[in-house]
Amino acid sequence: MNVLPPSRAVTGGRLLSALALSTLLALPATLLPALASADGEVNIYSARKEELIKPLLDRFTEETGIQVNLVTGNADELVQRLRSEGINTPADILLTVDAGNLHQAKASELTQPIVSEVIDAAVPANYRDPEGHWVGLSMRARPIMYVVGKVDPAQLSTYEDLADEQWRGRICIRSSSNIYNQSMVGSMIAADGIEAAEAWARGLVANMARPPIGGDRDQIKAAAAGECDIAIANTYYLAGMLKSGDPAEVEPAEKIGIFWPNQPGAGDGRGTHVNVSGAALTKAARNADNAVQLIEYLVSPEAQAWYAEVNGEYPVRSEVEISPELVAWGEFEADTINLARLGELNAEAVMLMDRAGWR
Amino acid sequence: MSTLTPTLSATTRPRRGRHLSAWPPTLVSIALLLSLPVLVVVGFLFVPAGEIWRHLAATVLPLYVSNSLLLMLGVSVGTLIGGVGCAWLTSMCRFPGRGLFEWALLLPMAMPAYIIAYTYTGLLDFAGPVQTTLRAWTGWGFRDYWFPQIRSLEGAMLMLSLVLYPYVYLLARAAFLSQSLCVLDVSRTLGNGPWRTFFTVALPLARPAIVAGLSLALMEALADYGTVQYFGVPTFTTGIFRTWFGLGSPAAAAQLSALLLGFVFALILLERWSRRHARYHHSSQREQVIRRLHLRGWRAALASLFCFSPLLFGFLVPAGQLLYWSLAVATTRFDAAFLQLAWNSLSLAAGAALLALLLALLLGYGRRLHPSLTVRTSVQVAAMGYAVPGTVIAVGVMIPFAWFDNSLDAWMRARFGVSTGLLLSGTLAAVMFAYVTRFLAVALQTVEAGLTKIRPSMDEAGRSLGYRPSQMLARIHLPMLRGSLLTALLLVFVDVLKELPATLILRPFNFNTLAVRAFELASDERLADSAPAALTIVIAGLLPVILLSRSITRSRHADSP
Repeated sequence: MNVLPPSRAVTGGRLLSALALSTLLALPATLLPALASADGEVNIYSARKEELIKPLLDRFTEETGIQVNLVTGNADELVQRLRSEGINTPADILLTVDAGNLHQAKASELTQPIVSEVIDAAVPANYRDPEGHWVGLSMRARPIMYVVGKVDPAQLSTYEDLADEQWRGRICIRSSSNIYNQSMVGSMIAADGIEAAEAWARGLVANMARPPIGGDRDQIKAAAAGECDIAIANTYYLAGMLKSGDPAEVEPAEKIGIFWPNQPGAGDGRGTHVNVSGAALTKAARNADNAVQLIEYLVSPEAQAWYAEVNGEYPVRSEVEISPELVAWGEFEADTINLARLGELNAEAVMLMDRAGWR
Repeated sequence: MSTLTPTLSATTRPRRGRHLSAWPPTLVSIALLLSLPVLVVVGFLFVPAGEIWRHLAATVLPLYVSNSLLLMLGVSVGTLIGGVGCAWLTSMCRFPGRGLFEWALLLPMAMPAYIIAYTYTGLLDFAGPVQTTLRAWTGWGFRDYWFPQIRSLEGAMLMLSLVLYPYVYLLARAAFLSQSLCVLDVSRTLGNGPWRTFFTVALPLARPAIVAGLSLALMEALADYGTVQYFGVPTFTTGIFRTWFGLGSPAAAAQLSALLLGFVFALILLERWSRRHARYHHSSQREQVIRRLHLRGWRAALASLFCFSPLLFGFLVPAGQLLYWSLAVATTRFDAAFLQLAWNSLSLAAGAALLALLLALLLGYGRRLHPSLTVRTSVQVAAMGYAVPGTVIAVGVMIPFAWFDNSLDAWMRARFGVSTGLLLSGTLAAVMFAYVTRFLAVALQTVEAGLTKIRPSMDEAGRSLGYRPSQMLARIHLPMLRGSLLTALLLVFVDVLKELPATLILRPFNFNTLAVRAFELASDERLADSAPAALTIVIAGLLPVILLSRSITRSRHADSP
């Protein structure tokens, strides 16, 4: 029979016990839920990546002594977590990078109105929920990007025009699974109606240089490399590439120009599609005062300047200075549709893209 | 084949002892508890999703199905060729580098699939170094030449095969090493060449182990989200996410998941049916030192090359790219916070691996002793979590845990005026539970593959010596299973180290792991910055991979020098 010599059995045993021991040592410290700090705290579920929010939160803690606890994740999953945890959720604030998710949280009755004159004065009304359940913190524009020298900006006018035959095989855009495209198509539905928007989506699919792959940066790089002449992407990706210091990012980004579509005089002149990152106050918030204080801090000129400087996003406060990259791209009119509407249209937009064959 | 007797399963079923009466209910309860997340998913089948199904069926569903099936096919071919081929060569032949390949072939396992997808995209896409160099040499421009598009269905097959073949390799190798040489010798003396022996004797004998490895690889491939999403290949998994998030229908998404489970269940049944209850047990009493076939000349070179390719493309190239990014471009520092991340990842992985192993042993052993339909089915369901995308499992954990917490809280408030708040939700206990439900299959498959090596006659001998089941486990089975147990431990450990979606959504405040870190940066399209964390996952996975693979090798007492 296959019985092991004792010495070897011991080696395996040692390995096992070492593993067991390390686990036992590690677990007690981590199995317990986070303990409340005496100075007050505020708990955040954030769809914004830790790197892109933590420095601001640290500054807030320094200034106020309020401890900020953070869990990051996908917005829809965080909303699901809020929903399951119900009245006992520890979260006070939900941070997302798309107004659609905020709208969804509100529609699921997970939020409450944010009462703050500071915030109302700082943030324009179309970037806030009509009933005050959420507030935009930064703006993200999704213009048309073109390869300088290959496309004459005079040829460009509106999103609608991108379905025109002159762009056959010349457009790069990412998958329709992405929320940015879903929101953009939502805004097309709101502006042009569902049938026109679907016809447009079919035209756009026909004009794609390749099946949608990768993220926004990939579209920019593909355009710079010659795979297509036009890319649709959010501006902060381009800003991030320009600032990265890595030649593999900077060089392609330098070949790209920004065109602001649907400006007054072009098409319906409704303005370029924008979305916001934003914050909602949860219905079950136990640290509501601290939470409001934090949101007020996030719309303060100091924090707004940080968004513009570090993240390459547009501040929601118009008086705050924007970073040099953003200045170079010029000023633009943004679509003034209330963003809550895009949340409502999201499912319709996805089905429309399914029907149009936009992968 | 002449020395093998396929024995019917009926003969492997031991008679029920009087000490065992409490076993089946215990087993079924544990299995049910572990099935909870899967059952929550299946429960969504009864929530009407209405219009959305008609829409899905009319537009994208056929594409999801065909892409998922093709992906499974491609990954099967890739992992079988790579895994079985390498396992056979390293266990039965001698050629340069064999000793190194033996353990190094496991290394790609430490590489998360989405990370390898990112690195190859960075290397091979139009703006990457390979194509740029090609253009610089030839003076070609865009559209002057053809270059394979890595971000495609074929690319996804390749990426997943490269990181998943070790499952097949590991289990197939364990099976080859434990095969009685007499069987192979008899085949050779009957005039079969090495190839014929391989295909007619060794392969069928190793079949349960190979199938176990393959089904792990396929389940993982079906549950993969990161790779197919990045490559823009619409599969079931991307469809589930799209339906859930984009269409805002968790019910339809869960129903798609249930359909995915149906796929897997069909797969398992198909395999069971094709085996038609036949089980192969060695009847030989002798397992001597393996006399490895000494390969020379071009055969040796070919064998080395064959084993080197998966190592090169599955590990060296992507790890090299990560290292390059870490050193040249990344802005992340290896500071105390980074060490904390590594510690979080390692301790969670070690804990989950031990827990999963313990439960797998319990369930696997229980199923062996009590192969009643109820026990078998409940254990099978408990092991289905592996094929469900991590996010869906996470929601399956979140809902019942929060329900329990809130119900307890409500009851305590009503009864005693005390609020207990959330006891389990948002703790690492929830995270651990998710890991165990998701990776139980890995441990269970491995343990059961090991159990098939134990001949029924050994049980009978043990019984006749008056051993109770616990004694039989301790004195006969455990020593024989040691290799399998270590394998199970290793597989779960590495899987947890790489696990992302459940950790992401279930973890407590201010708690991060390496995988979370790598993903946050990579999903923000900052591949270079994600490299240090990704590289650390790989390095952290290395040590246990090496230690355990050596231990597994040694666990075969008759290993040749």
